[in-house]
Amino acid sequence: MNRSIIISSVFHVMLIIVTAMSLPFLSKKPLDIPPIVSVELIQIAENTNVPFAPKAKKIIEKVKEKEKLVSEQAPPKKVKKTKTKTVVSPDQDNKKIENQTPEAIPLPDKTVKKIITKEENKQNPEKVDKEVKQVSEFEKKDLFDPNNIAALIDKSKEETAEVIKKNNDITQDQERNIENTGLTLSEEDALKAQIFGCWSIPLGLPYNENLLVRIKLKLKPDGSVTKTEILDHARMNKPGQGFYKVLAESALRAVKLCQPLRVPTTGYERWKELQLNFDAREMLEG
Amino acid sequence: MIKKIITLFLILIPLNSYALIEVDITRGNLDPLPLAVSPLSIDEKSRKSFEKALQKKNIGEEISSIVENNLNTSGLFNPISKEAFLQAPDIANLKPRFEDWSLIKAQALITGKVNYVDNKLRVEFRLWDVLAAKEMMALAFTTVPSNWRRVGHIISDKVYERLTGEKGYFDTRIIYVAEEGPKTQRIKKLAIMDQDGFNNKFLTLGNELVLTPRFNPASQMVTYLSYFKNLPRVYLLDIETGTQEVVGDFPGMTFAPRFSPDGKKIIMSFAKDGKSDIYTMDLENRIVEKITNHPSIDTSPSYSPDGKYITFNSDRSGYQQIYIMKSDGSNVKRISFGNGLYGTPVWSPRGDLIAFTKLHKGKFYIGVMRTDGKGERLLTENYYQEAPSWSPNGRVLIFYRETKTNDKGEGFSAKLWSIDLTGYNERQIKTPTDASDPSWSSLLSN
Repeated sequence: MNRSIIISSVFHVMLIIVTAMSLPFLSKKPLDIPPIVSVELIQIAENTNVPFAPKAKKIIEKVKEKEKLVSEQAPPKKVKKTKTKTVVSPDQDNKKIENQTPEAIPLPDKTVKKIITKEENKQNPEKVDKEVKQVSEFEKKDLFDPNNIAALIDKSKEETAEVIKKNNDITQDQERNIENTGLTLSEEDALKAQIFGCWSIPLGLPYNENLLVRIKLKLKPDGSVTKTEILDHARMNKPGQGFYKVLAESALRAVKLCQPLRVPTTGYERWKELQLNFDAREMLEG
Repeated sequence: MIKKIITLFLILIPLNSYALIEVDITRGNLDPLPLAVSPLSIDEKSRKSFEKALQKKNIGEEISSIVENNLNTSGLFNPISKEAFLQAPDIANLKPRFEDWSLIKAQALITGKVNYVDNKLRVEFRLWDVLAAKEMMALAFTTVPSNWRRVGHIISDKVYERLTGEKGYFDTRIIYVAEEGPKTQRIKKLAIMDQDGFNNKFLTLGNELVLTPRFNPASQMVTYLSYFKNLPRVYLLDIETGTQEVVGDFPGMTFAPRFSPDGKKIIMSFAKDGKSDIYTMDLENRIVEKITNHPSIDTSPSYSPDGKYITFNSDRSGYQQIYIMKSDGSNVKRISFGNGLYGTPVWSPRGDLIAFTKLHKGKFYIGVMRTDGKGERLLTENYYQEAPSWSPNGRVLIFYRETKTNDKGEGFSAKLWSIDLTGYNERQIKTPTDASDPSWSSLLSN
């Protein structure tokens, strides 16, 4: 009897513990729901957008675990890329770093020292100019003043940063969304401008008809076209739609004439297949 | 376990896929399509035979230049100068070297050859898509050698239709009133020519005043107005046989007889009982039917291509404006509301537009509007111009324009001009004499 009471109470206690442990965990779950990505992300050029998102991600992770923060901190690769030929003496440079960091970083001395040693180890003091130092300084501010992240990041990215901050994390889904948003406006504009120049719209088309031709393209990384497919192919042979064939042919000619297309230099997976919607109505009516 | 793995796999697959990126292309260039018309190749024996028969040194070149000229005047194509061609005509006709043609920026290429076979002219031509490196069309025609100009026009129509999606208008003729002499004593003759101004012929001698010839849209029949003993008389003239008949004498002021789309009726206006109304006449039984009955002046009627409606001009609102009504005269509706006076409405063969002449602040305009009166566009402006007539494909208008005389009464001229719907491609059609009242025929090869 006693034994079964003990067993029962042990199980009950275990159940309570498990419930107590799991409930908060469950309640945290919704926080991990992939955050909504701001529409502006689509419009920001990939080159300028991408560095901020991983950077913010890193920063927030580091804010969360302050201990690891310092050891993981390293001068971003970009710093090396922006190196200029300007040569500044190592002494001056180190002095500047030492002078500036205590003001910007209100943290215990130990951390500051660690940062300084990291900077000294990884940066090439001979080739660091003022601009480079500003970047590294900026990074440090990001790290140690989490409430001010949004303000530190370029104003155009303000909303993005805030969204990230609110959600406290960047999930894989969000990263994928960034990639999945299609071409940025600037990339799309470049492609459009190129094709506008190549497309000779047949002037004899009836302008009160549906003049939309959708063409699916398969592209090589250099922008050359390997395959074209007219999506409404069946319409070509319909009676009274003779003009559609003419329009489709003019669109195909434009694609061929424009090769290689002005595609982005990165993210081939995104645009290896493209759909071009040629619509002549606006031009012919106008 | 396997099921779970498969489920997991199926869940993960879409995570790694990318949505198809769509880019909307809503603009392009409206420049004429650059195309190359390679001279039709001809062997030496055929060339000599044609030289003897037609007094043309190289009939292949002559035909290709007709095609080139037609396509150029349409404003939709930009034929590339022959001097830039890299490939010889005979080789190009067998197998074009597309790289050579795309190098000179040609997007389409016309090649062909001419043969003299059994005293007949045999012309074959091919249309190539240079960028796609494929043949778009290949046709051959056989006819009597004297028909060589028409072969050029028919090839032009076929190319035009294949590249624009609508029928051409090159194998057509224009009937007009040829005018000679001083302005006060004009001799007016009926004349006909090809749409490019060649093969001009006078059909009447000029003894009587002729006015407003109009082609039957269904045949090569013409109706026109002539004054016989100072009385207006409506005639029918068969261009092919030359036979002419009087439809009837009409009282008072009679204006602009025009055929119905099926060619079985003519519609016109004449003054009776002190007011001008619109009437139709059945050409089989000669029964005249009154269509409008209004105290105002109703003139210049023109049928819609389906024959269900009629457009005309009337001053019933106080000023001359354009109206439409059902073909039985019911449902009269005013469609022009702009400033100025509107006249000579002509329904497009395509049915979508009505062309008109507008007089506003002392200037004459040729314009088009939709059949509900919206979308008015003035295509050309001048001192004096009127009487627009549509090309059979409803894309080009022909009209006549008079120039101002100087103080001494000199410098007057009347010439035929054409303009397309864009309003940019305006051209004069050369005629041996002054010309007015043009009317465009339907396609001869139909």
